Amino acid sequence: MNILDVRDLTIRTADGRILVDRLSLAMAPGERLGLIGESGSGKSLTTLAVLGLLPDGMTVTGSAELAGTQIVGASEKQLTGVRGQDAAIVFQEPLTALDPLMRVGRQIAEPLSRRRGLKGAELKRAVVAALEQVRLPEPDRIARAFPHEISGGQRQRVALAMALACEPKLLIADEPTTALDVTVQSDMLDLLDTLVRERDMAVLFVSHDLAVVARVTERVLVMKDGRAVEEGDVREIVRTPREEYTKALVESARQLESALDLRSTR
Amino acid sequence: MTPVLELNEASFSYRGHAAPVVEDISLTVETGQSLALVGESGAGKTTLLRLLLGLARATTGTVRFDGEELKPRNSEQMRRFRRSVQCVFQDPYSSLDPRQRVGGIVSEPLRSLGLDSRSTAGPKVADALERVGLPADAAERYPHEFSGGQRQRIAIARATVCDPRVLLADEPVSALDVTTRVKVVDLLNELKQERGLTLVMVSHDLSVVASLCERTAVLESGHIVEQGGTAQVLGAPAHPYTRRLVESVPRLPA
Repeated sequence: MNILDVRDLTIRTADGRILVDRLSLAMAPGERLGLIGESGSGKSLTTLAVLGLLPDGMTVTGSAELAGTQIVGASEKQLTGVRGQDAAIVFQEPLTALDPLMRVGRQIAEPLSRRRGLKGAELKRAVVAALEQVRLPEPDRIARAFPHEISGGQRQRVALAMALACEPKLLIADEPTTALDVTVQSDMLDLLDTLVRERDMAVLFVSHDLAVVARVTERVLVMKDGRAVEEGDVREIVRTPREEYTKALVESARQLESALDLRSTR
Repeated sequence: MTPVLELNEASFSYRGHAAPVVEDISLTVETGQSLALVGESGAGKTTLLRLLLGLARATTGTVRFDGEELKPRNSEQMRRFRRSVQCVFQDPYSSLDPRQRVGGIVSEPLRSLGLDSRSTAGPKVADALERVGLPADAAERYPHEFSGGQRQRIAIARATVCDPRVLLADEPVSALDVTTRVKVVDLLNELKQERGLTLVMVSHDLSVVASLCERTAVLESGHIVEQGGTAQVLGAPAHPYTRRLVESVPRLPA
């Protein structure tokens, strides 16, 4: 059985505008898929729909099955049972994803106590372990810190620790490194790659950056204006894009990158 | 030749804070030698740009414009300065007044510098909009009617309408999609070639830096660790921090 099965997913605004148009995709357990597209292509909406997190007023039709549970039309109670367990998400901006008034440790403790029923000293140990697994130095200090007291890269690690806390079968990462500096991004991608490999976790990785996607996934789906444009092996697509839009995307990325191939005289 | 802009052992610290944000910075901007300031968040790139723009005053050291010390109180000098040095910001959504028509926004520098009035600015505004590839009727419309890339073109039109010699740009393409980014980079290159514009650009995107700037200065925690020709600095980095920056850039699979 697929961990994620999306068929003819269509998302409309209240006034009937179509934002995602008959999108279909499937992911086997442990598989990694990159969702690539530019702003407004509907990639983030798709991830929200998969977790039943779409804003009020949007209507969804079609089907999105997550580990056998139909998400489209599911009740809040059913959704609560799925989120965190079957799939968890890491968002782009860790500062908005974390509660500014709550110490980091308590935020990580929340899913652990609700899902795994941990309490007291056991819960504390689990929090520290969660912070250690995302390679945060001084986990005890970080657990006591508020989000504004730690750096952007550390915040994103905390968000990742929260998402991984209940060992979800599918990790959704929506531009998880876009807000980070390039050296921090590189470390974060390595970490993400190691952690999901160790756990055989499926990953749906959303990004506008082909080079970033290629670091984490083999298969990519290119989206434009709410539609799937092209799907296939990322190397294949970068080498020989078939569709006009994919060609433009690859060409732009290549043009920028070629400027970096400098021949120095030193 | 006298550099257009020059920082001489400049430091800046916030009042009440002992540790300077940038310290002992010396760099020059010469005509035709576009300069990139690269480094990670918190390195002091934007602070340097603010010093060069006269928006912040160096705590120690000096900022020179055309060889003379920049004095924000000297209004005659500041008028010459603003005419020669203009700027573009990162976020094209917050840097354009939503209640003004594009024509009003783009003519603003002409009016505030006393070069033109609203009625005589028309042709220059039309020229500036045409140069950045916007339709002729753009002047009559409002910023919200444009996409992110088009808005950044409006910001560039505003900055170039009074024919400045230097354009200071703070992450001018970071907020844009990759296909749009390439087009705005091309536009900036065109302005460099055709109007002799010199860029001073803050960016964390090394490929954009390599596409646009002849010179690069690398900042780490408020200090310049390396500066020189872009091909040298990024092509054969001498400092370990620069090397780490270059190696961290994700590359397309071969």
